[in-house]
Amino acid sequence: MASVDAEHVSVDFPLYHGSARSLKRAMFAAASGGRIGKDAHKRVVVQGLRDVSFHLGAGDRLGLVGSNGAGKTTLLRTLAGIYEPVRGRIRVQGSLNALLDPNLGMNPDLTGRENISLRGLFAGLGRAAIRRLEDDVRDFADLDEFMDLPVRTYSSGMVVRLGFALATAIHPEVLLMDEWFLAGDAGFMEKARTRLETLVRSAEILVLSSHIKDVVTRWCTRVIWLDKGRIMEDGAPDEVLGHYLAASEAHGDEKADAKPEHAALAGKALAQPAPRDEAALTSVDRGDRR
Amino acid sequence: MGYATPRMTRAPLPSAAPIPPLRLHTTGETTLDLIAGLGYFGRQRQAIADIRGALRLWRLGATLAWLDVKGRYRGSMLGPLWLTLSTAVMVAALGFLYSTLFHMVLREYLPFLVLSLVLWGYLQTLVTEACLGFTQNDSMIRAVRMPFSLYGGRIVLRNVIVLGHNVIVIFVVFVIFNAWPGARVALALPALLLWLIDSLALTMSLAAVCARFRDIPPIMGSIMQIAFFVSPVIWRPELIHRGAALLPLNPFYSLFEIVRAPLLGDIPGGIIWLSALAYSGVLLILSWLLFVRVRGRLAFWV
Repeated sequence: MASVDAEHVSVDFPLYHGSARSLKRAMFAAASGGRIGKDAHKRVVVQGLRDVSFHLGAGDRLGLVGSNGAGKTTLLRTLAGIYEPVRGRIRVQGSLNALLDPNLGMNPDLTGRENISLRGLFAGLGRAAIRRLEDDVRDFADLDEFMDLPVRTYSSGMVVRLGFALATAIHPEVLLMDEWFLAGDAGFMEKARTRLETLVRSAEILVLSSHIKDVVTRWCTRVIWLDKGRIMEDGAPDEVLGHYLAASEAHGDEKADAKPEHAALAGKALAQPAPRDEAALTSVDRGDRR
Repeated sequence: MGYATPRMTRAPLPSAAPIPPLRLHTTGETTLDLIAGLGYFGRQRQAIADIRGALRLWRLGATLAWLDVKGRYRGSMLGPLWLTLSTAVMVAALGFLYSTLFHMVLREYLPFLVLSLVLWGYLQTLVTEACLGFTQNDSMIRAVRMPFSLYGGRIVLRNVIVLGHNVIVIFVVFVIFNAWPGARVALALPALLLWLIDSLALTMSLAAVCARFRDIPPIMGSIMQIAFFVSPVIWRPELIHRGAALLPLNPFYSLFEIVRAPLLGDIPGGIIWLSALAYSGVLLILSWLLFVRVRGRLAFWV
């Protein structure tokens, strides 16, 4: 049985910049008893997550909502084991896949086939499974004769399709997904939705970070509202979403759809039975996470 | 030597039937258990798990290293043999120049020089690339949890592959000057093994330290340049008369000598091996302590 446990998890980000990045300054500061380059030890620390606790068991579908900078992506990264907690404990049982970066490790100089093969090796797949992965991704992404050409030569649409196909090809027990992953390229949106749904359905646990109410209500059975790294509320989607949206409106800002159009479009694509405005989806920007 | 990657060729399959998705199952197994505030031994356990994970993914590391080498020379006719060629030209040029400058017999000097230059080339590239080991892979590190030692292993491995190509130059020089050292070559094997272990330790430490302090790569560049001139790399250690006994204090000297001497038909003295082992021991211990300490923070630094 898959499970995810977070016990009093806190994550801090050290912000190193300027002189804090310099060994020479740090050494001068140490040698001169802190008189020279005093700021070398002044570390600015930003709290990413504060005392976050929850338990997820098989069948749980958790939505993370919150404004920009509330810690949604940090929490996903922490659950994926990328950021290790500064306090508390993270335990994950079951195979894990985090869809955080569409072009994860995609090397433009390598061919599509080589990129697929690398991803298969990373997932610990055997030779036969990697071959299946190649066929699956090629068919889905319509790569055909481009399979043996460097990704650099692909059209942007092909790169998006390849990234999406690869990311969704391997079905884990615990699936972590960042919201923009729901975005796609018009021509293959319908196909993509089906594929994504299969992936989400086959996962025992889903953690999805999203701004869009419709996506959350459609996919999730539980919602955590994060604000400034803390859990504000944890409960049934309707209830938590209601409070979250009310709070964002009360603040007089547009937190609910702070991440502009494209996120909303992506959300629409998943929330509606069939996307009407496919043309508009082509403008979806997929690389805004950093 | 062909550079086509194995397992990349495949007969096209009929793609009429949809391919069932690949499922990853690890029923009940704990895939992740991260506890904050662990003491030294807890952290060490996690560091060991990191190395175990990298070993489990060795095929990925090997493929990445191979593709790195291949990618650098994609489209060029000779592939990585370009490196061999440039090493050959450099050895020939320096060989003639310095044998004249130092009044040395070419057939005695060149086998020495070729070994030194190939080893130095390996070391220098390794240091340069190690400094970028983690910072260059920042997007990867922030997108997926992968053992950090895999990044280090990949760098060492790709430099070993390049070294392997340069061995051809050594071989050619030895054939030309009929300098085949005989059975003593076997003595170089433990030395090469030590080099491999040291390379990994050095790569991991440099990559980690350079992720935290961004001014280290130029510092390392200067250190390596000074080391090149003060160590017997292009000049033979016999040229030093006074203070020759102090040479084993230079780690570069002893590490080079344990590989070079057997290949030139000598047996490195006990003091040289002692020095090489002592410096390696210190390097290993320090880099292990560093890795245990900073592993969990690396993702925040890159």
